[in-house]
Amino acid sequence: MQAREAPFPGELARRIRLGEERALARLISALEDGESWSGKTLRILRSDSASPKLSYVIGITGPPGSGKSTLIDKLIGAYRDRGERVAVLAVDPSSPFTGGAILGDRIRMQGRAFGSTGASAEAGVDGGVFIRSLASRGRLGGLSRASAQAARALEAAGYGIVIVETVGIGQSEVDIVRLADCVVLVSMPGSGDEIQTIKAGVMEIGDVFVVNKADRPGADRAVEEIRTMLEIGAALMSGADPRPGAEGEVGHRPSGRARSEEASAPVLKTVAASGEGLGELVAVLDAHLERAKASGELQARRRRGAIAEARTLLSEKVLGELEALEGGLEAELADEIVRGDLEATEAADILFESIRRGARNEGA
Amino acid sequence: MDRKIRVLVAKPGLDGHDRGAKVVARAMRDAGMEVIYTGLRQTPEQIAQAAVQEDVDVVALSILSGAHMQLFPRVMRLLAEKGADDLLVVAGGVIPEDDIPFLKEKGIAAVFGPGTPTREAIDFIEANLKAR
Repeated sequence: MQAREAPFPGELARRIRLGEERALARLISALEDGESWSGKTLRILRSDSASPKLSYVIGITGPPGSGKSTLIDKLIGAYRDRGERVAVLAVDPSSPFTGGAILGDRIRMQGRAFGSTGASAEAGVDGGVFIRSLASRGRLGGLSRASAQAARALEAAGYGIVIVETVGIGQSEVDIVRLADCVVLVSMPGSGDEIQTIKAGVMEIGDVFVVNKADRPGADRAVEEIRTMLEIGAALMSGADPRPGAEGEVGHRPSGRARSEEASAPVLKTVAASGEGLGELVAVLDAHLERAKASGELQARRRRGAIAEARTLLSEKVLGELEALEGGLEAELADEIVRGDLEATEAADILFESIRRGARNEGA
Repeated sequence: MDRKIRVLVAKPGLDGHDRGAKVVARAMRDAGMEVIYTGLRQTPEQIAQAAVQEDVDVVALSILSGAHMQLFPRVMRLLAEKGADDLLVVAGGVIPEDDIPFLKEKGIAAVFGPGTPTREAIDFIEANLKAR
């Protein structure tokens, strides 16, 4: 479908500040579609924002069916009861074949509307809640292309709480850690032995661990396994030897991301459907925010995220340049690789050189 | 630029059957559309709010309960109040022939009865969005 007519960035930003949901929704679409005016509009919106207050961006991630959406539904209620305006970005996968998607998270996020009281309760809507479903559109990290920008738009529009739900993840979709101020990793009982917990990937990105559906058998064991994983990680980080009977140093300190807080990462049990454990989760989220603010980690984390986001966009731009290359260079190289006359690494060198040449010509 | 067609599939009213709506949602997905499915028993207010927040191009209403003469015009009015009267709104389900002229007058672009091939509804949506 064709792009819609571009609005004036300043005008759209003004309408968003006035609280017009349609204008905000339109900006999020434009950011996702990569429309040229969208970045400028977001910048104007953020710089002119009457309330430059930072939102608390909470990432909710975990495997499909672990109860992320239902948990978010309950979180919406808890934060609304405190008078916060709450926005949700819910990402679901796009079909790799047709590009289509079924975005079905919203369906489980309407409990607040029915449970509330007052004039709008009967109609089932709450003006302080903004829910937006996004399709991943080929992104593999659990988020969509412009999830981070969409979250900043919601922040500038005055939503104090921005909850981002990733697609249902497996083991390696970790983009959320670059976007959220706090990552909640939701799992459920019976989803694998303890080896799963020491693997690299998603188990490393949780600030808070939730074992949901904790009314099912095996919940306590799941909590124990996560705790053990965290303790081993913390011991290795401090240089101690966590093996039974061992004394002294382990002999090496693992490099990589310093996670001194890892040992103290809370592990909670919840039953999202009934709301059990929700009060505790909210308290833990509050405490995380306070700590991250006080230590400066909040700002540091946002800076790291901004760099990662810019790099991702850069790599997309470079790939876009490839498509703009004249002639069927890629197809030619592909034939050579299949025939065995060329290795993929060599093909990448050739393509890289072509892009550089193109850039130089443009500059001349 | 190629933009995805976004569709809200919504079931207003109190009937409890959504197999038809799910089939249509799935067919739309397979046609490359992004379908926001909101489930059963939606109020017109919820539908209008979802349509606006999700920034959809199309609202597809499915109803079997017979309350379409009350609920559909209400959805249309609420959309207009939110400045979203430019959306394409189509309907499906059990809707008597005699009611269709009234619904069209209220702004429903097309009514697809039981047994309509999903391709027909999808073609209609694609053709009518292109014409805008």
